[in-house]
Amino acid sequence: NPYAGLVSHLRASWLSGKTRPMEYRLAQLEALGHFLDEKKQEILEATDLDMGKPSFEAFFSEILLCKNELNVTLNNLYHWMKDENVDKNLVMQLDSAFIRKEPYGVVLIIAPWNYPIHLFLVPLIGAIAAGNCVIIKPSEISKNTERLVAETLSCYLDNDCFAVVTGSVPETTRLLENKFDYIFFTGTPPVGRIVMTAAAKHLTPVTLELGGKNPCYVSDTCDVTNVARRVAWGRFFNAGQTCIAPDYVLCTVEMQEKLMPALREAITEFFGPNPQESPDFGRIVGDKQFRRIRELLGSGRVAIGGQTDEAERYIAPTVLADVLPSDPAMQEEIFGPLLPIVVVANMDEAIDFINARPRPLAVYAFSSDTKVVNEVLERTSSGGFCGNDTLMHVTLTSLPFGGIGNSGLGKYHGKFTFDTFSHHRGCLHRNMGLEALNGPRYPPYTQQKLGLLTTTFEVKRRGTCTLL
Amino acid sequence: NPFAGLVSHLRASWLSGKTRPMEYRLAQLEALGHFLDEKKQEILEATASDLGKTPFETELSEILLCKNELNETLNNLSCWMKDKQVDRTLAMQLDSAFIRKEPYGVVLIIAPWNYPIHLFLVPLIGAIAAGNCVIIKPSEVSKKTERLVAEALPGYLDKDCFAVVTGGVQETTRLLENKFDYIFFTGTPPVGRIVMTAAAKHLTPVTLELGGKNPCYVSDTCDVTNVARRVAWGRFFNAGQTCIAPDYVLCTVEMQEKLLPALREAINDFYGPNPQESPDFGRIVGDKQFRRIRALLGSGRVAIGGQTDEAERYIAPTVLVDVQPSDPIMQEEIFGPLLPIVIVTNMDEAIDFINSRERPLAVYTFSSDDKVVNQVLERTSSGGFCGNDTLMHVTLTSLPFGGIGNSGVGMYHGKFTFDTFSHHRGCLKRGMGREPLNAPRYPPYSQQKFGIVWATSKVTRKDGCTLL
Repeated sequence: NPYAGLVSHLRASWLSGKTRPMEYRLAQLEALGHFLDEKKQEILEATDLDMGKPSFEAFFSEILLCKNELNVTLNNLYHWMKDENVDKNLVMQLDSAFIRKEPYGVVLIIAPWNYPIHLFLVPLIGAIAAGNCVIIKPSEISKNTERLVAETLSCYLDNDCFAVVTGSVPETTRLLENKFDYIFFTGTPPVGRIVMTAAAKHLTPVTLELGGKNPCYVSDTCDVTNVARRVAWGRFFNAGQTCIAPDYVLCTVEMQEKLMPALREAITEFFGPNPQESPDFGRIVGDKQFRRIRELLGSGRVAIGGQTDEAERYIAPTVLADVLPSDPAMQEEIFGPLLPIVVVANMDEAIDFINARPRPLAVYAFSSDTKVVNEVLERTSSGGFCGNDTLMHVTLTSLPFGGIGNSGLGKYHGKFTFDTFSHHRGCLHRNMGLEALNGPRYPPYTQQKLGLLTTTFEVKRRGTCTLL
Repeated sequence: NPFAGLVSHLRASWLSGKTRPMEYRLAQLEALGHFLDEKKQEILEATASDLGKTPFETELSEILLCKNELNETLNNLSCWMKDKQVDRTLAMQLDSAFIRKEPYGVVLIIAPWNYPIHLFLVPLIGAIAAGNCVIIKPSEVSKKTERLVAEALPGYLDKDCFAVVTGGVQETTRLLENKFDYIFFTGTPPVGRIVMTAAAKHLTPVTLELGGKNPCYVSDTCDVTNVARRVAWGRFFNAGQTCIAPDYVLCTVEMQEKLLPALREAINDFYGPNPQESPDFGRIVGDKQFRRIRALLGSGRVAIGGQTDEAERYIAPTVLVDVQPSDPIMQEEIFGPLLPIVIVTNMDEAIDFINSRERPLAVYTFSSDDKVVNQVLERTSSGGFCGNDTLMHVTLTSLPFGGIGNSGVGMYHGKFTFDTFSHHRGCLKRGMGREPLNAPRYPPYSQQKFGIVWATSKVTRKDGCTLL
């Protein structure tokens, strides 16, 4: 196996204990911060070349959000690393009982192309913070960013403990044959299955950040202008290539009537009358993806946009009306700047529609009536939820980010990343003496001993009068 | 698929929302408590018949520890279920950000035969507490308990939401073809791989509680009498059929000299001069397992015990000395009443020995010197750890119980079981108005806008003077 030597080298480094001291981890994390600062320009250029990412968007998603994660971690690593003392029963009052956070060992992070720095770097922050050695596998589709990461990251991080591997499907397949102690994968559900199956051979725990079709329910009672701006922003950011983008809208036919002009206005405000000329609107990452999305334009009726330019891999910010559940745009995650509107009669129908489909990464609900937002939250199931906005819930490092069902398993961001990459070891340290305390548990067994054990071990039921 | 109808029925029940209200969950949990109370006698008889479990041990592991988990859950469910508010950035001060705990849906619990009530019931408590519907698959190896659970449990729980499935490998394989929303498996690593591979097809998250060879290092500075009693208790409880039992001892040849008479005395104290006549010592669960363990008696030299009686599936509490790392007994998890002693020259050698093998479910260390205990803890990796005792760390509901590497994935007990079976949904609820707050993020992008976005959503680095 072409990677066996590399994995073995990293494993030896980990076994040497190099990554355990807090100072070491802090130093590596600080170095990541320098990478973001010093290579900022290169990151902007690479992501621009890869998918026409506007600088503002790259600054926000690839630099700012990453620095936030870095700072939360640097600010709190000391606390997160501490042993966590836990409650003890009567018999263990003189003992020490605590949870110790330990690294898994050698972890693999596989990142996709759409937020090519963010989606390897944020997991990497937690993996380093937790004391692991890491192999990073950036996406070959975002070629320029892949090259940047492969060539420069190693100058910032300890090469004994951190490595970048490049390549495509054959290389990733061979890489996955090795035994890793944790695998963190961001990508599509079909590949997620492949990764988990490979992980199962070695009983390797995984986090899978996948995708799906994120529904966006817009109720009849709302501020249409605001809704249109927030939905358009979420849909067209990065030219729609966002795992948590609102994938389709559910609303009544009356709301569709109102939304349409509001969306038209928002799009014009954002990108001008000809978005192809706007510096603030991205491009599709590759020809294959471009053609796939272009196909979906045949769904329903193009109400706004619809223009494409293959040479630039440009697809206009587009809204499709009268889309049917059976249409192509409703059969796969769009991952492009197309927003289909599917008409429903009411909120119940919207909820049933959502629940009849695989559980998405995000559910969005817009309503001035908080009861409506709460009901949609209550009666659906998804990775995350945002009421009256799109995308924003994942910018909070204090909220866990992850999928459920087809949209993934596991969660991260903030402390959740540190916890993802840590083994929580339950520890009890007892006294060598005080043997009399143990007397009741030994044979020969008697009723009296059982009574004593019960008294000292039991967790009693508290009185029920404090309920609600 | 013979189980498709059942899974489908449970899924419909879950989608109906029946399991969501706290009152419903509490009622089901209370019913589980009644099962333990009213069927106690049957449980004692079934486990006695299945593996000669003594009533005392059954009361402790199958009743008391389960009631503790139940009471812990009943006492705290209201708090655990609550939405957890989280920290917000400046831009979100007026919003509501929280983590909502939601059930996964239909979960599968596969239990083994050695603690046949405990090892399905404790996960079940958390699964119910978290609002799931559950299929329980008890082990066919502990036949009488299997029948008891299949016949009696449905009388206590809501049949629309909870079911028991019986059968062997074939039935379990067919069961695993169905899509579950979570799978909780306790058993051996090879079967763990099979379960995880099956789960991967549906992207189903898993907890795997597996096993391994739990090392027990005894340093030269210790109270030999106490050590011998604690180690013997842990090894011979349930006739050695315990996933966290000390599997083998590592010590110097001098310590072995001292340990042997102390172990002999402990065994005699516990079980009398002829343990086969003691009512307090168990039997091997089946003929196949009996023969497997008996074959291991050829390793090293029998220093204590060694007697067997096939008709009763009795294997005496046995200590083997002069055991080589290459001996059969050191190649597999013993899961029987045999305690091999492997000689090492010092603690470093013991640590290297442990680290060159698969990571076990537990590491045990005995020393009057805290530094020794701490070093072994520090320099090894395992599911859990106990200093100066065996087994006891898993009786604390406040400590997470789970493996790492070959010994498993995930953790449970106490709140950790509830968390295992809950999806932590990150939620953000924003206002429909206050649109000016969002303006800086929209195109057309500008440096000024970026400055505002940065200022309102950044996480600042705290200064470093509070470190250590």
